[in-house]
Amino acid sequence: MTAPAAAFDKALALITRVRGVRGAMLVAAEDGIVVAEQLMEGIKGPAVSALAASLTARLRRAMEAAGVGASLFWHLQAEQGALLVVPTPAGTLVVAVAEPDVNVGLVRLELLRAAEVVG
Amino acid sequence: MPDEIKTLSSQLAQDPDSLVFLRLGELLRQKGQVDIAHRVALTGLERHPHLPDAHDLYARILADKHDYERAFDEWDMALRIAPDHVGALKGLAFLYFKVGDVQQAAAHLEAAQRAAPTDPGVAQALAMARGEGPGGGGADMSAGGRGTEALTEPEPIAPAAQPLEEARVFAGLEGAQEGLLLLDASGRVLGGALKDPAGRNVTDAVAAYLAGVSQEAARTVKLLGLGKWTGLAAEGELGHVHLAPPSSDALLLVVRDRAVPMGRLAIIAQRAALAARRWLEAHA
Repeated sequence: MTAPAAAFDKALALITRVRGVRGAMLVAAEDGIVVAEQLMEGIKGPAVSALAASLTARLRRAMEAAGVGASLFWHLQAEQGALLVVPTPAGTLVVAVAEPDVNVGLVRLELLRAAEVVG
Repeated sequence: MPDEIKTLSSQLAQDPDSLVFLRLGELLRQKGQVDIAHRVALTGLERHPHLPDAHDLYARILADKHDYERAFDEWDMALRIAPDHVGALKGLAFLYFKVGDVQQAAAHLEAAQRAAPTDPGVAQALAMARGEGPGGGGADMSAGGRGTEALTEPEPIAPAAQPLEEARVFAGLEGAQEGLLLLDASGRVLGGALKDPAGRNVTDAVAAYLAGVSQEAARTVKLLGLGKWTGLAAEGELGHVHLAPPSSDALLLVVRDRAVPMGRLAIIAQRAALAARRWLEAHA
């Protein structure tokens, strides 16, 4: 990853400005380590990033086995919120934690834009 | 019949809000002009979205076109609007029977009989579904769901006297053997099957990779304080997948190509999860 810290902040700001987003992170897909984060208080970034990376890896293998190719975006829905993730080709995960009534389509677009910034 | 079609077409042209589209669509369907019937029904449905007969008509046309998944949706919608709609009950019975779920087929026909106790077509179909009538096991049951004639029309469906367990899980749902999969917590297949775009059976491989996803999803949302997880939708380069937990120790996977939007996939997954939940409860 070669993007400077300012670019990371810019990428995360794209996501966190969406209403209903409680935080955003950049995570190394390979080991689940947090690269950068803008999270609301109370969100356990390192633990969430590790699980997001693990889920991404499981999904990738399952989706490739199913013949639908690599995952471009995934969205874990829960009763009181959601986790949304875009993996980048360079091995970074762009992650958002959101309220349940968030505009998923808008968050998806901003995650994809942020993924372009991060590379 | 052609004269009647002409007359009804003329009436509909003069008054597009008229309900004659119901009769016109049915006549066109019976005449085998399914594409025109489809257009008539769809236009009518757009003007009368809360009319159960419009959903029923559209469902019958979709069934004629072998689009059983959408037919199921339409008959289901008709029943949401009118829970005793005989045509919709018979239509769903047909779809359940078609995938080999004789119990569900009979249950829907029994509901139809309660709603229309004097309908000889329902009684006859019910007898067939119970294996009491000619061609036992309901092998003569046919599509249509139209009043008393629905179950006595000549179009036969595949007999299924010994339905496969896999098909029973996703009764009435399209893709039960190529795009729907139900797993237990250990990744063992409970029902359905999965094929990749090349037609290869990838059920076991995908099941193995998905083992543990349910628990991991649950851990993640617990850590975030988000309550229970309700679904996981993923967009792939060549297709979309949707995972749902029909119970705490089971996992449902729905796979479709990219032509199916994610929102529609979620609806398909909801229906499949409902079917899976029923099946799990029945086999608990």
